[in-house]
Amino acid sequence: MKIAVCAKQVPESGAPKRIDPATRRLDRSVEAGLNPFDVHAVEEALRVKEKVAEAEVVLVSLGPERTLEALRKALAMGADRAVLVSDEAAVGSDLGPTSLVLAKAIERESPDLVLFGQQSADGEGAVLWAAVAERLRLPLVSQAAELALEDGRVVVKRQTEFGYDRIEAPLPCVVAVSDAINEPRYPSLKGIMGAKSKPQEVLALADLGVEPSLAGEQGSGTEVVGLGDPPPRGDTLRIEDDGSAAEKVVEFLAARKLL
Amino acid sequence: MKTLVFLEHHEGELVRGSLGVLSKASSLDGDVAGIVAGSGVRDLAPGAGEYGAATVYVADDPRLEAPLPQPRVDVLATLVREQGFQAVLFAQSVLAADVAAGLAARLDAGLNWDLVDLKQEDGRLIGTRPALADSLYVEVGWSSEPALATFRTGSFEAQATGGTAQVEEIEVELEDFSTRATMLEQAHEERSGPSIEDADVVVAGGRGLGSPDNFALLEGLAKALGGAVAATRAVVDAGWYPYAAQVGQTGRTVSPKLYIACGISGAIQHKVGMQGSGTIVAINKDPNAPIFEFCDLGVVGDLHQIVPKLTELVRARKA
Repeated sequence: MKIAVCAKQVPESGAPKRIDPATRRLDRSVEAGLNPFDVHAVEEALRVKEKVAEAEVVLVSLGPERTLEALRKALAMGADRAVLVSDEAAVGSDLGPTSLVLAKAIERESPDLVLFGQQSADGEGAVLWAAVAERLRLPLVSQAAELALEDGRVVVKRQTEFGYDRIEAPLPCVVAVSDAINEPRYPSLKGIMGAKSKPQEVLALADLGVEPSLAGEQGSGTEVVGLGDPPPRGDTLRIEDDGSAAEKVVEFLAARKLL
Repeated sequence: MKTLVFLEHHEGELVRGSLGVLSKASSLDGDVAGIVAGSGVRDLAPGAGEYGAATVYVADDPRLEAPLPQPRVDVLATLVREQGFQAVLFAQSVLAADVAAGLAARLDAGLNWDLVDLKQEDGRLIGTRPALADSLYVEVGWSSEPALATFRTGSFEAQATGGTAQVEEIEVELEDFSTRATMLEQAHEERSGPSIEDADVVVAGGRGLGSPDNFALLEGLAKALGGAVAATRAVVDAGWYPYAAQVGQTGRTVSPKLYIACGISGAIQHKVGMQGSGTIVAINKDPNAPIFEFCDLGVVGDLHQIVPKLTELVRARKA
């Protein structure tokens, strides 16, 4: 069985985040690591692998070549190899071209199961899997809080606004896992030492037969047209409770016609 | 401009967020239509007319019974192609996000998500998208047609204007792969009050509650105010309260008229899920809690003392 895990590199949570005014894109020159939400997908893939007789976990990513550094963390956790699509022409890709390129890279592997994390920590997006599943023409289940593999199908417990659904889908399929699904392992020292020597393939768009005009900003259907400040909040009224705080809150709410 | 709004429904009612997006769409120039997809949903269609839809398309089919995204992508893709919609708008939800992204791939159309506003400038659509934990507002546009967008919960008020919609039933043709994921068991809400995304008042609790039992205090206050109870990730992770009530980056985004944060420090993970609220009241005994920097009324004190009293006062006032 083959499991593909889509993973990306994002700026470290402590790193200063800014949008480059010239390119209007996130400045990615800062210290970066594996998207923490993707770590849960890697962990889930490893857990599936441990339960079946023979399985391979392949990481699939799109990004600059330094993304390999982030992918090595997943290799250290136990993933078997990594495929990175890295191409100048893909810089600035939005959902459309990103899903196209990833789908092509995944197709080349023909995995039984494709896993995604719940969102990216930088773009704050949580939609990529649905676009990739559409391009692969595979069944999709998102927001998986539990994943079980039985008789060539997955059974997923899925979190929604209304509680938990149980959904099944036959393999091959795409599943996006929530970060509640597991507690990821830490890479062992042996894993870290071995990660560098695991296969890491870097592909260009041409290797996937993707025309450069379909990727990057050219291939994107959205654009940034300006940057601005969020609307300011009014002043904060602050009180210390001297026993009358509840009355003061009621007065405050009443004055704002909230009662 | 021809705009289509995806009308989500739950337990026999159109979701208020969808109606808010519909109201917004009808405030812009052009023709606005809605689409309701489900099983036994014909009766829901006319209601959308009141919120500005001139036409409501109904895709009524047993295969659309479960709220799964892929069959809905098929329905929308066909409709958009046949009717030539230039914009397709969604109120953000677990279902809508998957439908919107699937549709974007199917139609090779640009999708801007998590928008909080939309306007027309020289005939072009411009959306507003908060970025970098909402510290920056990015103006976004589309170079594709149709323009696809999802809107953050509570971005627009649903405004009934009393119009009537023409209801049109459409044929449902589904792709093979779209029906392969199937619902074994659908979630049913077991709560009496409004959901946290629909409620006008949200009373939220964090670690400062001290123990799970103290959520009863918040439930009492929420009931008195006609609101719903929410929780931070920390207490959901600790098993104190169900995930469905989690507000924040990995939970729900809410924007009620009133948000009362009890024993919540105001970490960024939580902030992004509630900072769009109209009025924010924070009760926390730590005077240095970050939440005091983005609330309207900050009360430094013990919530275990204040909340029961507040509940009493609200009850007395409403009686």
